[in-house]
Amino acid sequence: MAKTSGIGGTAFLDNLAKIYGIYTGGFIFFVIALGIAEAWFGMTPIMIGYVYMGITIGLYAVIGISSRTAKISEYYVAGRSVPAFFNGMATGSDWMSAASFIGMAGTIFGLGYDGLAYIMGWTGGYVLLAVFLGPYLRKFGQFTIPDFLGARYGGHAARSIGILAAIIASFTYLIAQVTGVGIIMSRFLNLDFSVGVFVGLGGILVCSMLGGMKAVTWTQVAQYIILILAYLVPPTVMSYKVTGVPVSEIMYGQILQKIDAKEKVINADPKEVEVMGLWKKQADDLDADIKGLPGSLAAKKTALQEKLAALPATATVAEKEAIDKAIKALPATPEIAKEKWSDAKKAALGKSKPIKPYLQPFARLDAKNMLALTFCLMVGTAGLPHILMRYYTVPSVKDARVSCGWSLFFIFLLYFTAPAYAAFARNEVLSNIIGLPIAQLPQWMANWGKVGLVAFKDINADGILQFYELTIGADAIVLAMPEIAGLPYVISGLVAAGGLAAALSTADGLLLTISNALSHDLYYKMIDPQASITRRLTVSRILLVVTALISAWVATYKLTIIVELVAWAFSIAAASFFPALVMGIWDKRANKAGALVGMWVGFLSCMIYMIGSRFYGLDIWGIRTISSGLFGIPLGFITIYVVSRMTEAPSQELQDFVESVRIPRGAAKGQED
Amino acid sequence: MAKELAGLDKEKLKKYWAENIKLTAIIMFIWFVVTYVAIFFSPELNNIVIYGFPFGYYMGAQGSLIIFVILIFWYAFAMNKKDKEYGVEEEE
Repeated sequence: MAKTSGIGGTAFLDNLAKIYGIYTGGFIFFVIALGIAEAWFGMTPIMIGYVYMGITIGLYAVIGISSRTAKISEYYVAGRSVPAFFNGMATGSDWMSAASFIGMAGTIFGLGYDGLAYIMGWTGGYVLLAVFLGPYLRKFGQFTIPDFLGARYGGHAARSIGILAAIIASFTYLIAQVTGVGIIMSRFLNLDFSVGVFVGLGGILVCSMLGGMKAVTWTQVAQYIILILAYLVPPTVMSYKVTGVPVSEIMYGQILQKIDAKEKVINADPKEVEVMGLWKKQADDLDADIKGLPGSLAAKKTALQEKLAALPATATVAEKEAIDKAIKALPATPEIAKEKWSDAKKAALGKSKPIKPYLQPFARLDAKNMLALTFCLMVGTAGLPHILMRYYTVPSVKDARVSCGWSLFFIFLLYFTAPAYAAFARNEVLSNIIGLPIAQLPQWMANWGKVGLVAFKDINADGILQFYELTIGADAIVLAMPEIAGLPYVISGLVAAGGLAAALSTADGLLLTISNALSHDLYYKMIDPQASITRRLTVSRILLVVTALISAWVATYKLTIIVELVAWAFSIAAASFFPALVMGIWDKRANKAGALVGMWVGFLSCMIYMIGSRFYGLDIWGIRTISSGLFGIPLGFITIYVVSRMTEAPSQELQDFVESVRIPRGAAKGQED
Repeated sequence: MAKELAGLDKEKLKKYWAENIKLTAIIMFIWFVVTYVAIFFSPELNNIVIYGFPFGYYMGAQGSLIIFVILIFWYAFAMNKKDKEYGVEEEE
């Protein structure tokens, strides 16, 4: 084959290690140069923020634009030319979202051992993917996941459900990423949130629009490098400062012991006990108010109004306004009051008891819910279409198998550091923050207090900060760590750039999944199979832009339900996709009727438990809403198995097709079209 | 579609698949033990402390993850070898 130049050409593919090596070195050099500019030339944080965002998005744009393509196989599957190792990196950043990067360590910080369900769930799923799906999908070798459903179960019906499930699972997830981009942009560049969203949207589109999967792949590799560097630096420095050894993943064992000891000291401190008592009293008051509804609400209002009326004529405007505000802040109806006060009571009750040990299993999530959550996250991971389709892009089945290993390895680097991150942060808070006079609290608490991620209130008015007087948002752990560790602002900026890379890369993969499901599966396969290549690519690009705009528009509403919906997306993918895909490969007898009924049963039983447990008090074995897939997944499998056996066996041709998917021989290579 | 099946011994294919199932089952068994059994017994495992890490906590935070990575690579290398053994590997 003649040497071809440009991104994706043979000269590029032959020198990948060198190219990305130079890129990594160049980026580190750039961070050091910025550090020097900050230390010696007084570069301001906002300038550093702009330089980071400008340079990184600029880099992604250069890769994205130079990866433009007019070939179908390059647009949909990067020409099936991505080596296993680099596909692993791309999958890593495709997978690790803004939530993994910014929220994961904070979740463990708050949940202790029980938070590890996320660590195990989001990595163990790759074992399922590697042995049940990845290599076989690569052998099948088409463009999308609905493609497989369509081919295996014949006709448009299975493909349509595939399209629907792919869009539902990916779209909610996409909105969360776009929101993440908006938050990072607005916080570090001082932009308005909506402006941040649309600036970020530009960053997403330049990566994917012209080059499709090819462009997304090579930008994702670049984004992985930035996000992993950004993630590892702060805990490494922190570990060096606290223990003298710069390997946080090994050194945090002793930190865990410190946390355990410190928690016992705090629980025995009379001042801490006093604060717990005050929370208990507040919970009791709220309880009385809830029981006294609707009278208690009316009484509160009357009391405030009387106070307002009783104000002397000399009262200042501010005093009046304060009471006015308090009246307005009261819940509008007894129903709202009940919900609001019940939540507040629950929170107060939680703070009225001694700290639950960080290392103790099942302190915050009981054993069965922890097992169920881990299981649902694992299966959900293996059923997400934007991850599965990455295995179409490697050159062979052999590479697909190895690539699953690299994918998990690159994800592992971040996930096995997250608990260390959490431990160092918790130790810092327990040992060096709790017990300080309020007036001497460090600057980072004030900085992050401004954006609402850190809050404290001296409840017992002793001028000292007690444990239950402090609230730290989950996102604060990663974002504030550089300041906690006393690092210069250039590292804070790096962390922001890493978070942005995580959000952008995931958004790109999701966007492509949605627009491909629409352009390839719906338009080309179902509506106009005669469409020319140019027309297919044009349709695909238009849909990409439209999907991106819709997601940005939804994101600007900042709906609080989105975070919850993302968790739901996992269970939906797990219950609707996973059984049909696995059975399609592993059960020759599975047929169209079985798959169709099975997908609907999985999807609906999952939805029923979600909505039922979230809004109508449905409860089976005390399983929480987030683990709804626990019912949908086995039901999906059983239904496919039973219904398939009650109906006609698949044709010989389809059975041969299953046989052929099971062996690597004859796998499609990257086509030249 | 099934042209790649032509010329392959049916019995041999069956055996290849059976071996694949066996390997998959072993891997799934280990996967199950290092996550679910480890979670279930974590209160007991936590009594063992190595270098500051209670063992139950360590399994959830690192141990199981390391084993997952090893399992996938093991599967990849074993299957890539088996492909050749059974003559079902991809054409170069």
